[in-house]
Amino acid sequence: MNELAPDCFDVSVAQMKREKVKLEVRDLDFFYGKSRALKGISIAFAEKAVTALIGPSGCGKSTLLRTLNRMYALYPGQRATGKVLLDGEDILGPSVDLAMVRARIGMVFQKPTPFPMSIYDNVAFGVRLYERLSKADMDARVEESLRSAALWDEVRDKLGASGLGLSGGQQQRLCVARGIAVRPEVLLLDEPTSALDPISSAKLEETLAQLRTDYTIVIVTHNLGQAARVSDHTGFMYLGELVEFGPTDEMFTNPETGRARDYITGRFG
Amino acid sequence: MAASAARIAARRVCNGAFVGFCWLVTAIALAFLAAVLWTLVQKGMGSMSIDIFTMDTPASGSRGGLRNAIIGSIILCALAMAMALFIGILAGTWLAEYAGDSRYGGVIRFLNDVLLSAPSILIGLFVWRLLVANVFHHFTAWAGAVALALIAIPVITRTTEDVLRLQPTSLRESGVALGAPFSTVIRGILWRAASGGMLTGALLAFARISGETAPLLFTALNNQFDNFDPRHPLSSIPQVMGQPIANLPVVMFDNALSAYDDLQRLAWAAALIVSGSVLTVIVIARMLTGSRSA
Amino acid sequence: MSPEHTIRAYDEELEALTTELSRMGATAEAELADAVRAIARRDIALAQAVVARDAALDEMEADIERRAIRLIALRQPVADDLRRTVAALKISTNLERCGDLAKNIAKRVLLIAESDALALLTRSIERMGELVAARLREVLDAFSAGDLDRARSVWQRDQEVDRAYESIFHELLTCMMGDPRTIASCAHLLFVAKNLERIGDHATNIAEITTYEITGEYITEERP
Repeated sequence: MNELAPDCFDVSVAQMKREKVKLEVRDLDFFYGKSRALKGISIAFAEKAVTALIGPSGCGKSTLLRTLNRMYALYPGQRATGKVLLDGEDILGPSVDLAMVRARIGMVFQKPTPFPMSIYDNVAFGVRLYERLSKADMDARVEESLRSAALWDEVRDKLGASGLGLSGGQQQRLCVARGIAVRPEVLLLDEPTSALDPISSAKLEETLAQLRTDYTIVIVTHNLGQAARVSDHTGFMYLGELVEFGPTDEMFTNPETGRARDYITGRFG
Repeated sequence: MAASAARIAARRVCNGAFVGFCWLVTAIALAFLAAVLWTLVQKGMGSMSIDIFTMDTPASGSRGGLRNAIIGSIILCALAMAMALFIGILAGTWLAEYAGDSRYGGVIRFLNDVLLSAPSILIGLFVWRLLVANVFHHFTAWAGAVALALIAIPVITRTTEDVLRLQPTSLRESGVALGAPFSTVIRGILWRAASGGMLTGALLAFARISGETAPLLFTALNNQFDNFDPRHPLSSIPQVMGQPIANLPVVMFDNALSAYDDLQRLAWAAALIVSGSVLTVIVIARMLTGSRSA
Repeated sequence: MSPEHTIRAYDEELEALTTELSRMGATAEAELADAVRAIARRDIALAQAVVARDAALDEMEADIERRAIRLIALRQPVADDLRRTVAALKISTNLERCGDLAKNIAKRVLLIAESDALALLTRSIERMGELVAARLREVLDAFSAGDLDRARSVWQRDQEVDRAYESIFHELLTCMMGDPRTIASCAHLLFVAKNLERIGDHATNIAEITTYEITGEYITEERP
């Protein structure tokens, strides 16, 4: 077996020979105050494919995800250096319009967070920020988003009901619908099914499988089975570094690094 | 085995004694409350008549009612609540969302807590010095409203901040992740989510100021009449507000210790009206929110 | 060596699977050795014992299959654990076939008549039998030890068995053409040689499976 020391492992974009790169991270460092949480991360996310980020708690995968849509800008002590290129443009630059970045890169969180308004208004909320649509157009957009999130059939008769009245799995799919209603290009998901039961998780995974044809998806997950089921590429992170990155089927049948192998097979030491 | 059985029995006795004690103390408190309410209802109902609502406050001996006092209280409370809601909600929002853990925010919070527990007579004195003595040079309804607002603001600020802090961070982040500017997130999402708690804060503030007497003694005082001229409604407003205005708490103060029976009865009626209106407002508000949320 | 699984029962189940496989391998080796000895000495009692023992080998294969399926269902193995489980399944199938072939060899003992003319041929068969048994033993040792080089060398020497078979084939033809009375016995010995050659192929299969289990990559070259 090849035992590559993780600290001298450097992932190159050359991994993705035949795929177009939508989002690319180059030499990213992230700091919570003085402490460095991400160390020189370089990773590429393929267009219209699902990339999973796995690793033990505290490895930095959620931090990396939240850097991709500059969510850390909400908190004063946090900063990032390096480059994050969306279609070649660096979104960490100082003159970047944050609202536009977040319109192009959507996010779904671990805990379902429906807004305290009707289901229709939930989905329309983001759209109303950017576009002025007629009622008919808005109705169509809401329906399209709910259909893509596999929620339309369950809520078509109660669009006026409060979003808080749905079950956990439905709420999470509502959040997905809300996220894709603004027609982003990239969708980031932070452990989206960790609060859901198996059936709701499976439905959400199926939704992601359908969405993959139109969106670039990055998913952070603790659930290795889910990463294996859902993703095309997988990146394994450890202590703030990207240790291994490659196609999912290879990662799960023949991982190259000892650390990735130990994590995936359940040998946590 | 014998030892543990004894301990279990001892534990049960202790538990029973403690629960019994809690019940007893609750019963005592409730008994006092019941006694107060009973006295209030009995004496108040006994003094109610249609005159209460149709006639102004009388001098002793003549027939009269509480019409001007009721109107005056409504005006003072409404104005005070309007000012307090505006300032309190915005201040509470600032403290919860923008101040974070900064030192400046901490100072503001501390000052708010001080104001919250300040004796209301002090506030009355302060407004007297500021507005009555230096600006208006006589008692006015404006000053009364300002004094009441100063009492209500810290309550609303505190409850607004607390209830906004309770909202999960992920709710904020979800709004921001859609690309909404933070002010839109606050107005469109957070305030809506916190509306129940904010309403409770408003009700608490209203309940507090509707019975405050001391600040009004220094600011709005009382008036036997109302200066409202129905023939010139809008133009008489400055006149109404620029003069002392009748209000229920001060009427109670003036009449409760009077030697005359009819004035005393009027005071009881005023007390009943104040308590009843607070209760009604709370019940109505609860019904409205109960039907709105899921 | 990699650390153990956090869930110890997982390690125990994998260990048990490997142990059972080793036991099955030893049994198959013994069956083969006994069958060849029975042929060499025309020992009917030994031959009958070999035939009876084959049922045990079939049971072991079923047991290993059950264990492997249980492991897959309950532990969802990935990476090297998965390769090991699948390898155990496939090797057990190969070993069961080896056992069947050894049983067939033993059955033939009962049919071959006693004859001096066949003494030389029997020696050749015995030598081929020892060669095949040695290959089987070596490849099974390579699997247990995770020894890639030994597995590869077994795989490279696949031709040895083929060459032994060719030479016995010629010897048998010569014998049959020389003395027609020996045709029946020679025909049986031909089948015995064929069975031994197939056991040799199974050893090469096991070598390929072992290589995949260790490296995670398939052998892309043609068999020599």
